[in-house]
Amino acid sequence: MTAVPEKRATPMSRRALMVLPALVAGGAGLGFFAMLRGIGTGSYDPRGVPSALLGKAPPAFELPPLEGVGLPGLSASDLRAPGRPVLVNFFASWCVPCVIEHPQLMRLSRDGVPVFGVGYKDQPADSRRFLERHGNPYARLGVDLPGRASIDWGLYGVPETYLIDRGGVIRWRWAGPVTEDTVRADLGPLLRRYA
Amino acid sequence: MIPELGHFALALALALSCAQAAFGLVGPWRGMPRLMAATPPLAAGALLATAVTFGCLMWSFAVNDTSVSNVAQNSHSAKPMLYKLTATWGSHEGSMVLWVLILALCGGAVAGFGRDLPSALKARVLAVLGLVGVGFFAFILGTSNPFDRLWPPPPDGQGLNPVLQDPGLAFHPPLLYLGYVGCAVTFAFAVAALIEGRVDAAWGRWVRPWALAAWSFLTLGIALGSWWAYYELGWGGYWFWDPVENASLLPWLAGCALLHSAVVVEKREALKTWTVFLALLAFGLSLLGTFLVRSGVLNSVHAFASDPTRGVFILGLLMLYVGGGFALFAWRAAAMTPTGVFAPLSREGSLVLNNLLLCSIAAVVLAGTLYPMFADLLLGQKISVGPPFFNTALLPLAVPLIGAMAVGAVLPWKRARLFPALQRLWWAALGGFAALLLCLALEGARIGPALGFAAGAWVVLGALADIADRLALFSRPRAALARALSLPRSAWGGAVAHSGMGVLILGLAGMGLATDRLALLKPGESAELAGYTWQLDGLESAQGPNYSARRASVSVLDEGRLVAALAPEKRSFPVGRATTTEAAIHTSWLSDLYAVLGDERDGAAVLRLHHNPLAPWIWIGAAIMALGGALSLSDRRVRVSAPAPKAVRGGEARA
Repeated sequence: MTAVPEKRATPMSRRALMVLPALVAGGAGLGFFAMLRGIGTGSYDPRGVPSALLGKAPPAFELPPLEGVGLPGLSASDLRAPGRPVLVNFFASWCVPCVIEHPQLMRLSRDGVPVFGVGYKDQPADSRRFLERHGNPYARLGVDLPGRASIDWGLYGVPETYLIDRGGVIRWRWAGPVTEDTVRADLGPLLRRYA
Repeated sequence: MIPELGHFALALALALSCAQAAFGLVGPWRGMPRLMAATPPLAAGALLATAVTFGCLMWSFAVNDTSVSNVAQNSHSAKPMLYKLTATWGSHEGSMVLWVLILALCGGAVAGFGRDLPSALKARVLAVLGLVGVGFFAFILGTSNPFDRLWPPPPDGQGLNPVLQDPGLAFHPPLLYLGYVGCAVTFAFAVAALIEGRVDAAWGRWVRPWALAAWSFLTLGIALGSWWAYYELGWGGYWFWDPVENASLLPWLAGCALLHSAVVVEKREALKTWTVFLALLAFGLSLLGTFLVRSGVLNSVHAFASDPTRGVFILGLLMLYVGGGFALFAWRAAAMTPTGVFAPLSREGSLVLNNLLLCSIAAVVLAGTLYPMFADLLLGQKISVGPPFFNTALLPLAVPLIGAMAVGAVLPWKRARLFPALQRLWWAALGGFAALLLCLALEGARIGPALGFAAGAWVVLGALADIADRLALFSRPRAALARALSLPRSAWGGAVAHSGMGVLILGLAGMGLATDRLALLKPGESAELAGYTWQLDGLESAQGPNYSARRASVSVLDEGRLVAALAPEKRSFPVGRATTTEAAIHTSWLSDLYAVLGDERDGAAVLRLHHNPLAPWIWIGAAIMALGGALSLSDRRVRVSAPAPKAVRGGEARA
């Protein structure tokens, strides 16, 4: 397209060259229209946060258990090859959207999906009270009071949820609360695909 | 009452633009001179109506009329008057009004200054501008009415985004829009030429001043935006390859290519189809930018509140104008027979190279900007394309562009020989090499910045060599002054603009040597950076007109001698609950000392300190480039677009 039109091209190929800009513009226009449609239906989200970890193994980390709950802590070795898809959910008792997503985590846990939790910058007593009040969906629970491990994960904020497949590879990252819609449209199909 | 008057004037402007478009298209087609003669007064009328609209909106902001929802959402009584006025274009609706005002201004300028244009061409150009106006007036009235009323009116407004309360940003949009919308005029000329099926030297001469003006304003607008990002966002950088920044760079690149290829059309009657294509492309890319910013398809600090309805409307306009323009191009352009066949080694050959490289750069920037969006859409992958991609992909294109920049300017038209041209530039090459060695000697093995210095020196000295050569400064120095006075201003303009680019490159190279560090300091403590001692003297609270601030006093010492006293601030605006950082910058014109105040904890403050060598040269260089454009524009031969006799005859025969 950047070829100089003054080149002695045959009339036919010259003609084709002239049509090219209109075709490219039309194609781009269709793409943009699809994006706008997608924003309306929710299938295209320019504000989605990409993760550098997708398709990779989780970073090395080791978190102590939350005392008084009777659950084991969480470390990278638990995620190395879990044998079936697991969720890692970062939460905190001071986080309001975490309360919103909690029922979904409870339901997933009841349906047999292992949910591993990480308490992010949360005092153990507060985390315990949170779980007593809203229920405990977690099979393992690590405490990241200083927030160091969460930085290695590239945490954007709480809540945030990762799906790790049976081979220990991160397949999905969701920044923000897991709602019923999220489970239906995103997480459910992924869980079936990687089961 | 005043807002309703503005609303009415907006509808009137739409009606006048409709008539302007219809008369301007039908008149030349049916050979009706009275219809054609009616288009300039209609354009003047549309300008008047749009000016009234804009004035009414500004008045609503000036008196803080909160019953107007746009004012209530974007202004506040405690704001300084200047920012009340600039808030007129701070919102989506208001900025669209500014957009159409500038479009109407362009229409008025074509109507008023284009007396020498053949009447058919003039009517068609005004028709296309009117058509663009129709779309955008309808867009404003249909989806973004700036005069919507609120009832009951709130007691006071919600305040402008505090980041926008800044002189640099207040005038960034108008300059940028002058550039974007200026591209509409070259677009209109291109479409008119396609309808007439004829492009000649005179067409090139008419288009060039508009391309020059649009390009100069874009240069200033982009530079102002980059400068603002530098001192206000407090990241210490000047360009982030943010999609919206790229969206403003794209029409600049296309406009820059257009500017150069229009010269070839004018002098050699060659590159015609290509020039028409560039004129369509430049406007298409400016509209693309408008679409990306306002539709919500991308996520950026610059993006306006997104609204898919508006997005669909703008996309429709984009498709109508750009798609329509390119469809017309596909249909008609093949009929334009090329006349000039020329040697690769000549002025026009070098301009072709310039065009190829500029367009390749534009293609890379466009790909880098749109690829993440299309990857998300088509492949479902979230990708972000950042500076590493742009820097590595653009370097191999920038190097030949910069190298050829100085050579092309000294090549004669038609047929040139390389050796005599290089002979004139030997001392520019020597200067570039000296800059390379000097940088390596002073800064060690930093090959990137060293090459940058060499390139910058080469371009600046090349421009000087070009002027010295034209004046015969060395061979016949006594007559040089007389020759300097008679040298056309467009020649001066070209050399000045090229040297401005060189200064800008030197600034970029200098920023390649920038250093920075984070320091947690208590009052009385100090940190070392770039050979200076940066000492935190104290932290205090301050009160502004509509914000409160924390201010740090930092002394920069060079072996105990005070070099600069910096006072970076962190402002918090209670209305709108936002905070901004005000970087403190001390410039010696050779380097900037730059400090940003971060969070405070236990009596200590986080300070980010930067030493930015040659940073101001980036914006000075851009200003010189725009000055070169203005000089060129002031050339009588460019301004008074005397049509070639042949063109007049042809135009009237068709009319």
